[in-house]
Amino acid sequence: MSIDLASRPHLAPGCRMNEKTQQPRTLLMPERALRLNGPSLEIVERCDGQHTVEEIITELQQLYSKAEPAKVEQDILGYLALLQKERALDFEPATS
Amino acid sequence: MTEPQTNPLALIAELTHRCPLHCVYCSNQRSTELSTEDWSRVFREAADLGVLQADFTGGEPLTRPDILDLIRAARAAGLYVNLITSGMPLDESRLEALVQVGLDHFQLSFQGAREEIAQEISGTKAHPQKLRVLEWLKRHRVAVTLNFVIHRRNMDQLAEMLALAESSSASRVEFANVQYYGWAFANRDSLLPTREQLTQSIDFLKKAQERLVGKIKVEYVVPDYYAKYPKPCMGGWGRKLMLITPSGDALPCHAARVIPGLSFENVRNRGLREIWEVSNVFQKFRGEAWMQEPCKTCDRRTLDFGGCRCQALLLAGDASATDPVCSLSPQRSKVDAILNTIALVGAQAEACATEERSITAAAPAAAESLTKPDWLYRPNPS
Repeated sequence: MSIDLASRPHLAPGCRMNEKTQQPRTLLMPERALRLNGPSLEIVERCDGQHTVEEIITELQQLYSKAEPAKVEQDILGYLALLQKERALDFEPATS
Repeated sequence: MTEPQTNPLALIAELTHRCPLHCVYCSNQRSTELSTEDWSRVFREAADLGVLQADFTGGEPLTRPDILDLIRAARAAGLYVNLITSGMPLDESRLEALVQVGLDHFQLSFQGAREEIAQEISGTKAHPQKLRVLEWLKRHRVAVTLNFVIHRRNMDQLAEMLALAESSSASRVEFANVQYYGWAFANRDSLLPTREQLTQSIDFLKKAQERLVGKIKVEYVVPDYYAKYPKPCMGGWGRKLMLITPSGDALPCHAARVIPGLSFENVRNRGLREIWEVSNVFQKFRGEAWMQEPCKTCDRRTLDFGGCRCQALLLAGDASATDPVCSLSPQRSKVDAILNTIALVGAQAEACATEERSITAAAPAAAESLTKPDWLYRPNPS
């Protein structure tokens, strides 16, 4: 399944981040936990049902301006695909 | 040599041994139970120790009259709360209440896809109720995993089980082969699948996994008797998981009581940190010092930690031996003898799906590459 750049990802039921006061920041999901730091935290925090995939990419390209933009995009899409495979994300289809 | 201490990531909270089902493969006992206050303290101590998730199980955890308080307490401590249940003592309003107090995830066990086999296995008419629970879960958008315990008698119904999962709102479905301990070990001759069944099931589930990517996560655990290498039982003894029994004993795994010479600490008398870090029981098979050959010098010792201690005891008569399901174990013939007694032919040592299991250990923090997932905790990597 490919990821639609205009869709808006959000955490699936049963998946949530731990509290801001808890370290390390962690994505909690059924029988799984993924540590979030740096870019992965930036990505997951934007999976709020408001940002489109494209917007997430643009914002992270600005945030990591020293990195090659194409590489940032590729990494984000790879990470979103991983979360999709884990059933940690639902994607709201683009509204036309 | 002992490896650097790790902290537990999941707490398996056996809240009670009471259960409305009577499954032929169950290993439950009965005992007095910890109070609400005891459990609340255990959850706080667990979170302080680094635990991320609490798995509420039993018995049937919903038979605890204080279940709502327990969920509240675990959430207040900062834990992710997973309820592993038969769904029996439940109605729609009680489910709503569970979610309202912060239940994160619901894991519903099935004994089969159809009424008859489910009833035969569990000795109760549970199946229609489970179907009702599925409807309520869908209506209230509760995160749910369906768990099918599979064995020879129901393995030919995988397609029906999968169809049931697809018709529900489940985001995950687990096909977990019976693990052969306790009653299951005693009944192994009628429960162990044939090699042919196993091969077909793996083939079927792999295809399902691919087809359902992004919709339902399909997971399966093969029976290790057919594997080439043992499972990394509990992610290694005293490395990731801690189990608390209904009466408060702290165990490194569900079956640890079978191992002679271990005396378990109780959370009524000791703090969780002390139990985890210094108690004899949790030290006993931690690290590598206890290992014998062939584990001692094997490259896989950091992947599977020598397999399961309880199974080593059960099959080899020595809890420190290499798990006899390992093809490198000098005792492997005992496992083969069991497979032969259930009239299995063509036992060529074709490694089954276990070879594709990745490693339980969390990858080192590699923030540079976003695509490298940094797993903290995964009990059944697939």
